Amino acid sequence: MLLIPCPYCGLRPELEFSYGGEAGIARPADPSALDDAAWADFLYQRKNPRGPHDERWRHTHGCGRFFNARRNTVTDMFVASWKAGEVAP
Amino acid sequence: MQHFSALALARNALTGHVGWQKQWRSPDPQPAYDAVIVGGGGHGLAAAYHMARDHGMNRIAVLEKGWLGGGNTGRNTTIIRSNYLFQESSSLYDHAVKLWEKLSQTLNYNVMFSQRGVMMLAHTVHDVQVFQRHVHANRLNGVDNEWLSAEQAKDFCPPLRISPGMRYPVLGAALQRRAGTARHDAVAWGYARAADAMGVDIIQNCAVTGIVRNRQGAVEAVETTRGLIRTPKVGVSAAGSTSLVMAMAGLRMPLESYPLQALVSEPVKPIFPCVVMSNTIHAYISQSDKGEMVIGAGTDAYISYSQRGALHVSTHTLEAICELFPDFRRLRMLRNWGGIVDVTPDRSPIIAKTSVPGLYVNCGWGTGGFKATPGSGHLFAWTIAKDEPHPINAPFTIERFRDGVMIDEAAAAAVAH
Repeated sequence: MLLIPCPYCGLRPELEFSYGGEAGIARPADPSALDDAAWADFLYQRKNPRGPHDERWRHTHGCGRFFNARRNTVTDMFVASWKAGEVAP
Repeated sequence: MQHFSALALARNALTGHVGWQKQWRSPDPQPAYDAVIVGGGGHGLAAAYHMARDHGMNRIAVLEKGWLGGGNTGRNTTIIRSNYLFQESSSLYDHAVKLWEKLSQTLNYNVMFSQRGVMMLAHTVHDVQVFQRHVHANRLNGVDNEWLSAEQAKDFCPPLRISPGMRYPVLGAALQRRAGTARHDAVAWGYARAADAMGVDIIQNCAVTGIVRNRQGAVEAVETTRGLIRTPKVGVSAAGSTSLVMAMAGLRMPLESYPLQALVSEPVKPIFPCVVMSNTIHAYISQSDKGEMVIGAGTDAYISYSQRGALHVSTHTLEAICELFPDFRRLRMLRNWGGIVDVTPDRSPIIAKTSVPGLYVNCGWGTGGFKATPGSGHLFAWTIAKDEPHPINAPFTIERFRDGVMIDEAAAAAVAH
């Protein structure tokens, strides 16, 4: 089980969290202006990298807040975490 | 290729078993091929086999970054079934089951395909309704599936507990009798041996590091850890690493890679006659011919390439196993491992051409690719050789996500991950 660094509560066990997928995907401001390919890209295409991955987590059974974290997807080690709205380190 | 038979076995037994040949060569890569398959798992090897056998393509290489049987082909729970809800899916998976039924003879290799039946347990009224819908949909599509009462389920699988006092009582089950298991390593080895015999070069310890495209954008060559290989056709069959390989050609994929766990117990005498799955309490189990109980757990919540899963995920499954089969409570687990599975948004695979001429992809099998191995190889070979999909895999495109034509087994697949 991972120990996840919540920027509000500190290191907490993985069971308290929900995974929120790749971070930094902004919903297009005007979806109707997009063609189907661009909309599918927003909905479904993911980086899925082997190595550092910026991702969202929610501390569901703790403070309840969303935040961002960077984790290496090969070792599962967390490198950093930051609050929603902050600039990635 | 040395033909395997009872006579060959007897002859070699009398001569001290020194006459057996290596089952496939270990060639150095040639400078150019008619087609290159990236990924020497069951799917990739089966595709190379069918390209050579059915389409007369003899200059083919299969590039494997590790060794045969070292990836998901050797990391799964070997379950084979075709009781999917939608017509597209049941056609695809039943195509594979029909090939499985003849595979040992086709390859002259005992893949130990055993049609021992796969039984899916219903624990709630919702489960009963969904599975009965599955039974009817399957039968309309010509796929066998039948409904059993809890007592009939216990008759079919005596270790099963059906006490009404259980937290999740067994209310009935759906049984596909043609479903079963096979020996996973033998599938890789059998396809490798048969493909090699037709001249396919199987190159292990050879990772692809780049895809070279010409001015028109078409595939021209692959860069590998063993040099540049020229080829007009590249078939990517790289399971959890598909996103990484496709990125070499500048393509983004609707895929995410997760660790999926399995574990086996110490071996015991034959006790378990079939495969039992429960998606509501999330467990699936069968007994290997070696006697180990083979148990499948779930995926982790987050993407990862770590080839191991979290302990609480396997614990969750073991709790369900102990609830359903109290006899197994004192079994010790011997091995636990993870495979990296590539999951699409609708949990159905992609076997298709891409927007890059000469680049083809077979991916997205998620948590259930082993069962499709022979069918997938046959269809992927067809797609690469003819540069167009076979009618069975025509719906399994990448563009279905753009066009909204999902094959949405996510909510209806037989096991929830």
